[in-house]
Amino acid sequence: MTILLYLVPAALGLGLLALAAFMWSLRNGQFEDLDGAAYRILNDDDVRKE
Amino acid sequence: MHLDLAIEGISSADAIAVIERALSTIPGLTHARLNFTTRRLSTEWIKSSFNPSPAILTLENLGYRVAPFTSDDQESEEDRYTRWLLRCLVVSGFAGINVMLLSVSIWAGNVTDITPETRDLFHWLSALIALPAAAFSGQPFFYKALRALRQGDMTMDVPISIGITLALGMSVYETAHHAEHAYFDSALMLIFFLLSGRVLDHAMRKKTRSAAANLAALRIPTASRLDIDGRISEVPSDALITGDKILVAPGSRVPADGVIEFGTSQIESSLVTGETEPKSVTPGDLVFAGTLNQNGALTVRVSASGSRTVLADIENLIDEALTKRSRYVQIADRVARLYAPIVHMAAALTAMAWIAIGATVHDALVIAIAVLIITCPCALALAAPVVQVITAGALFRKNILIRSADMIERMAEIDTIIFDKTGTLTLPEPSLIDASSLTPAELMMAGRLAVSSHHPLARAICEAVRETGSILTPYPEAQEITGSGVSCLIDGVEARLGHPTFCNVPAPIWTDNRSYIGFRYGENSGLIFVGQKLRADAAQIINALKARRYRVLILSGDHDRVVKDVANHLKIAEWHSAMSPKDKRDFLTHLKDKGHHVLMIGDGLNDAPALAAATASLSPATGADVTQAAADAVFTGKTLAPVLDLLLLTQKGRRVMVENFGLALIYNLNAVPLAVFGYVTPLIAAAAMSGSSMIVALNALRARRADGMSS
Repeated sequence: MTILLYLVPAALGLGLLALAAFMWSLRNGQFEDLDGAAYRILNDDDVRKE
Repeated sequence: MHLDLAIEGISSADAIAVIERALSTIPGLTHARLNFTTRRLSTEWIKSSFNPSPAILTLENLGYRVAPFTSDDQESEEDRYTRWLLRCLVVSGFAGINVMLLSVSIWAGNVTDITPETRDLFHWLSALIALPAAAFSGQPFFYKALRALRQGDMTMDVPISIGITLALGMSVYETAHHAEHAYFDSALMLIFFLLSGRVLDHAMRKKTRSAAANLAALRIPTASRLDIDGRISEVPSDALITGDKILVAPGSRVPADGVIEFGTSQIESSLVTGETEPKSVTPGDLVFAGTLNQNGALTVRVSASGSRTVLADIENLIDEALTKRSRYVQIADRVARLYAPIVHMAAALTAMAWIAIGATVHDALVIAIAVLIITCPCALALAAPVVQVITAGALFRKNILIRSADMIERMAEIDTIIFDKTGTLTLPEPSLIDASSLTPAELMMAGRLAVSSHHPLARAICEAVRETGSILTPYPEAQEITGSGVSCLIDGVEARLGHPTFCNVPAPIWTDNRSYIGFRYGENSGLIFVGQKLRADAAQIINALKARRYRVLILSGDHDRVVKDVANHLKIAEWHSAMSPKDKRDFLTHLKDKGHHVLMIGDGLNDAPALAAATASLSPATGADVTQAAADAVFTGKTLAPVLDLLLLTQKGRRVMVENFGLALIYNLNAVPLAVFGYVTPLIAAAAMSGSSMIVALNALRARRADGMSS
């Protein structure tokens, strides 16, 4: 059962990483415009023409 | 330098690219990003070359309406709260998943071969995650429960907080005594489900609130102030003080109460009193804020603002009405008041009964706490909010913005509907009624001339011509002469549109409460009549309401004859005319005292006290600001269909809400006996709780549509 000593902290660590990533995105306003983001991906203005 | 702009007229997602591309060439503008959810554009500027006018002009030429926007304190406060709720939700979700991972291992181990040492380790690990996570993410409930208890009130937050605390406390105690069962996962799951309901609720409210705030920003009134040195400056109407001289151009609204110093005109005060017939005013006459100056330029000296203005009188009446409105107790709170004492009593009786038949105090307490955990009102607390979210979303799609969630329940009880006439049953802007003295080609010409005019009556001609499917382009040489009209040479012949004398057309003898505009093209001339017109679907909606057994009335501030015409046309038998704001409110209070539940629909300042006194109230988005503030909901658009949709959707919403409470109670009726007899394990608690919450949330989706809604 010593394997638990590695697996449990690893699982918790990965979870915390995701939590931290979410907090970061919340603070950066990624959740401010949920409707617009869905359409922006279709917008090609930023594609450089060859 | 940062500037937010509220933008109206965005109908599709193409606007994101169109707007941002159009603004990319504006000098000084470094960054422009449109928020499609809130319909606001955030712009960054180089401080030295800050000049938003070209940007605003560009957007207006694209067909959007634009207004600078600053979010008020309440809005940013609510935004912060929503973000905090979201943070709590995510923390409880993260912790819940990890604790569940450990719990599932324990449940599997309990029926196979887990060693007590490993189980203890997993329980302690769960405690390590759950305790801080619950302490953080449970805060929204703990604070509200404390506040309710301090006020001697009972809300759902109280049993929720007790349930969470007891579940965690007992689990720690049991873990310390190497027991088999702990409820860390239940406590976190409870918090997660409840918070998800609240987060959805706030997200929906944010959407409707920002839409309402945008509408308000687009209407911020400005005034042209004549300064001592003779210069004219544009200032917000709020900034005017007594003694200021202001210029009121024909076709604009009077920004403040005052006395006319110079000029004569016709004043139409339908937004203030409901009267549609214009009154002539001359120097020395009083004019009131919100009235429409029809045809002459006026110089007005702002008179003593404060307690003597019409607005102040109306605000007093509103305050009186609001204090009289008995606080409506929502279904959820009524259920909470009954529910909490019953389950707490049941838990206490369970403990006593087990002790009486010989169980140890420890076992009896564990079972009693299990009763409290399983009855912790998760589904019950979700039952109303999820429906409110769905209903508010459905209403939003039907062009109705609601202010408070509890209006859904009040609206569903309505049996009597009172309409104001002007701006509610009729369109808020004047429309073209009769242009029979003009040929279609001349009317088209009049329309193209009208595009160049700023007068509100001219707008009616543009609208009417556009409705025939024509595209109106202004004549490049058209000239507007303020107070008179528009003139232009068309194919070498002079055309004029405006005041009858300006067009050399004799004024009509019989106006029938309508305004008129003259038109001349060479030798041909004619009159165009403009006035109040009923909303296109008014008769149909009134019929539908009557078919649904609503009692429908009209209360109007307008003259007898005008109101009678409208009432006859719409086949409304009960109507009252020439009502003052106080008459309207008293009439309504009287109906309510007789036990009727009254919906008041109105747009004018004179309706505001009645709106505040009604069981529920609705106002068109074109109404006066004070009026909208007194209404529970605001609707946009040119039809009356939102009224019917609102009633149908709120009734459906209330029905689904009651069903949800039923479903939640059925769950409790099944779960409680299990808990009382000591059969509940953490596994059963987890399955039952998430199951019931899901069922309630899924059932709420039914509130999205109601039979008979407009398509």
